[in-house]
Amino acid sequence: MPAMQKKPSVLPGFGLSLGYTVMYLSLIVLIPLGALFARTLAMSWADFWSAVSSARVWASYKLTFGASLIAAIINAVFGFVVAWSLVRYRFPGRKLIDAIVDLPFALPTAVSGIALTALYAPNGWFGRWLTPLGIKAAFAPLGVMISLTFIGLPFVVRTLQPALEDLEAESEEAAASLGAGRWSTFRRVILPAVLPALLTGFALALARALGEYGSVVFISGNMPMRTEITSLLIVTKLEQYDYAGATAIAVVMLAASFAILLGINLLQWWAGARRRGAT
Amino acid sequence: MSAITTISAQRSAAIGHKPSAATAEPAWTRRLLISISLGFLGLFLLAPLLVVFAEALRGGVRAYVAAFADPDARAAIRLTLLVAGISVPVNLVFGVMAAWAIAKFEFRGKSVLVTLIDLPFAISPVVSGLVFVLLFGMQGWLGPWLAAHDIRLIFAVPGIVLATVFVTFPFVARELIPLMQEQGTEDEEAALSLGAGGWQTFRRVTLPNVKWALLYGVILCNARAMGEFGAVSVVSGHVRGLTNTMPLHVEILYNEYNFVAAFAVASLLALLALITLAAKQLVLIREQAAVRKG
Repeated sequence: MPAMQKKPSVLPGFGLSLGYTVMYLSLIVLIPLGALFARTLAMSWADFWSAVSSARVWASYKLTFGASLIAAIINAVFGFVVAWSLVRYRFPGRKLIDAIVDLPFALPTAVSGIALTALYAPNGWFGRWLTPLGIKAAFAPLGVMISLTFIGLPFVVRTLQPALEDLEAESEEAAASLGAGRWSTFRRVILPAVLPALLTGFALALARALGEYGSVVFISGNMPMRTEITSLLIVTKLEQYDYAGATAIAVVMLAASFAILLGINLLQWWAGARRRGAT
Repeated sequence: MSAITTISAQRSAAIGHKPSAATAEPAWTRRLLISISLGFLGLFLLAPLLVVFAEALRGGVRAYVAAFADPDARAAIRLTLLVAGISVPVNLVFGVMAAWAIAKFEFRGKSVLVTLIDLPFAISPVVSGLVFVLLFGMQGWLGPWLAAHDIRLIFAVPGIVLATVFVTFPFVARELIPLMQEQGTEDEEAALSLGAGGWQTFRRVTLPNVKWALLYGVILCNARAMGEFGAVSVVSGHVRGLTNTMPLHVEILYNEYNFVAAFAVASLLALLALITLAAKQLVLIREQAAVRKG
């Protein structure tokens, strides 16, 4: 690959472009984020701990992590089926469906928030069927889960699609010729091959769900201890001018999303190492 | 967080897959899986999209149009256009600069730099807004100094622009970097050896090579800039007619139970999303045509 060359480039503008990039990155991203951490370091450990571990905050962690996890699992299962159908089968409307999978990326979160609330409210298209069954979706933890499923939907599909495309037909044919049924070929040949992509998509959906705000605050009802997500709690603390409390919770959330990011990078490294090992 | 919505991720996906008889599922499995896909996407994608337009038109066309006669709605639309009009060009210049440095040169710490550029995607929108309140708010580092000089950043338009620039920061750069890395430096070196200047080489060789990815990055950046809610909500202060963008105006109308007007403004944003998706398909088709030709 030409980009891998070691000889010094003859192209101009290295100093300018790199200098500009680093300066702009520092001004817009790094210094503001540094302010967040500096603010936290100024707090005593006892203050920090009491800010991030009060009963109301714990309840929000449980809801946020629990609903995000369930939503990511739903997306892993159904996202797999969608990606499989889009890659392997030809059916009318396939191209249109493929295009619309990205809708949750493109639709502003406030719009998806009020749209989902309208659907699942007791008099909504879906809510009016669920309410007689005793299922409360809007203004309940179930609504939070529905919103987070919507918001994470594209991740699994879009990470799996290229992995399924890259599968070599030979290994499946070999398995079939050795007498493996379709299901055992899937379980033993296909699933292990696309597992890193599936897990990456799952982790990306999870990371996105943990920090989500706009699409959840309308449908959740925002009752403290019951349906209050962690991002909303940060906003509430800010509105009460409790900057220290808001900052402490924000640092916990940042730590969680960085941990997931690290996991994603390890996954991709693993996938890369496996690919190299295979060839 | 590599290539999720990037074109390069989907470039391969369009080639198609032809399974042979031995590796195809029976017809009933195929039908079942397709039905599950359609059901899931219908429930989670199509229904929310349709309900926006259905609710917006619930009071008839007249009520729908009336929602845009409201001066506050117009102010929100103007502010959204202004914010996107500033953030997108600023991040476009950054994206091109960053991609040039990263894709065309070798230097130490490059992978760290790429990771740092992606950072805003990993941060909750609310936290993105919070960092600017901590910097420029009254209790923040620069707050007292700004107040003494009568400069208002937070709960004012500049804060909204800053927060938007932050959340849309990586879009152009992450579309350009993988493509420009793939293309290498041979074309530019050839142009330079033929006597072209640096700027001329960039304008006539590099830019045409990446134009579709660049356009796609700008489209995504714009969609997010116009639609951002969490980060902007934290720094805006929600002053009607002054610091409300379209998504914030939707929230206010909705919380006032003015559902028709809320969904009317929301329908404009939904249209923007649909245009964004259509533009993506167009760029993908152009890209594939260019790949086949070259």
